[in-house]
Amino acid sequence: MMLPALFFYLFAAVCVASAVMVIVSRNPVHSVLYLILAFVNASGLFILMGAEFLGMILIVVYVGAVAVLFLFVIMMLDVDFVELREGFIQYLPIGIVIGGIFMFELLLVVGAWVINPQVAKTITAAIPANVSNTEALGLVLYTKYIHYFQIAGVVLLVAMIGAIVLTLRHKPSVKRQDINVQNARTPDMAMALRKVASGQGLQDADAAEWVK
Amino acid sequence: MTIGLGHYLAVGAILFTLGILGIFLNRKNIIIILMSIELILLSVNINLVAFSTFLGDIVGQVFALLVLTVAAAEAAIGLAVLVVYFRNRGSIAVEDVNLMKG
Repeated sequence: MMLPALFFYLFAAVCVASAVMVIVSRNPVHSVLYLILAFVNASGLFILMGAEFLGMILIVVYVGAVAVLFLFVIMMLDVDFVELREGFIQYLPIGIVIGGIFMFELLLVVGAWVINPQVAKTITAAIPANVSNTEALGLVLYTKYIHYFQIAGVVLLVAMIGAIVLTLRHKPSVKRQDINVQNARTPDMAMALRKVASGQGLQDADAAEWVK
Repeated sequence: MTIGLGHYLAVGAILFTLGILGIFLNRKNIIIILMSIELILLSVNINLVAFSTFLGDIVGQVFALLVLTVAAAEAAIGLAVLVVYFRNRGSIAVEDVNLMKG
């Protein structure tokens, strides 16, 4: 009976500690690595609660995609991160005051609070027994909440297109193949016949037109 | 000693506060600010999943999935904006962002 509690405190402690390291770490690369640790431990908490699918998705999406994206961007940008840490001490008191007030209020809410027994009657989609978490999630996600699911897909599509549009740039120095221009090219545009008088060579005026 | 809903909510509350604190402490470094926002969304997800499993209602997990989607999209767009901003200004100091208006 002790084991779930033990694992809860392990995952929760490591998760909170690495979250602290994310915000106080000097090197942003370390911050990203601590963020990965926090997400892995949060995934452990999810599995402990019985939401295995979300726990796995958390690892796939956050550790596999988002954290790696952060790492890419940090390593791609040539930024002086020491300079960016200026003002850390300056903002520390106000941050601790606001964070402390916030924490106090949240713990007050969590501490003095009970679930209304009436809530049990308002359950929209009860978790079915004898069914794995993934299947239970799929049973409602693809039927009752299919529109939300598709809207989520649209959100991802918009984000993908937006990210591409924002970061894509055409360098003027890079020559690109334009097939329409190539197909529209005629012999008249490509070459010119010139009569060159014997012994005189090509005159400057002709040459200027020639290379046009 | 059983672990109840309150324990998970407390973890969520602590993570949320740390996210808020991270935004305050790292006013200049927008990458850390984005990571703090990820922490905040993670704490929201912990709350949703905790209520979902302890009340026996799967809808909370569906909603957590949608929050996850939005978080991933937000990270992608935020980092893309950051890359474009760095290209234009050569730094990522967010204190200068108000120079971009107009």
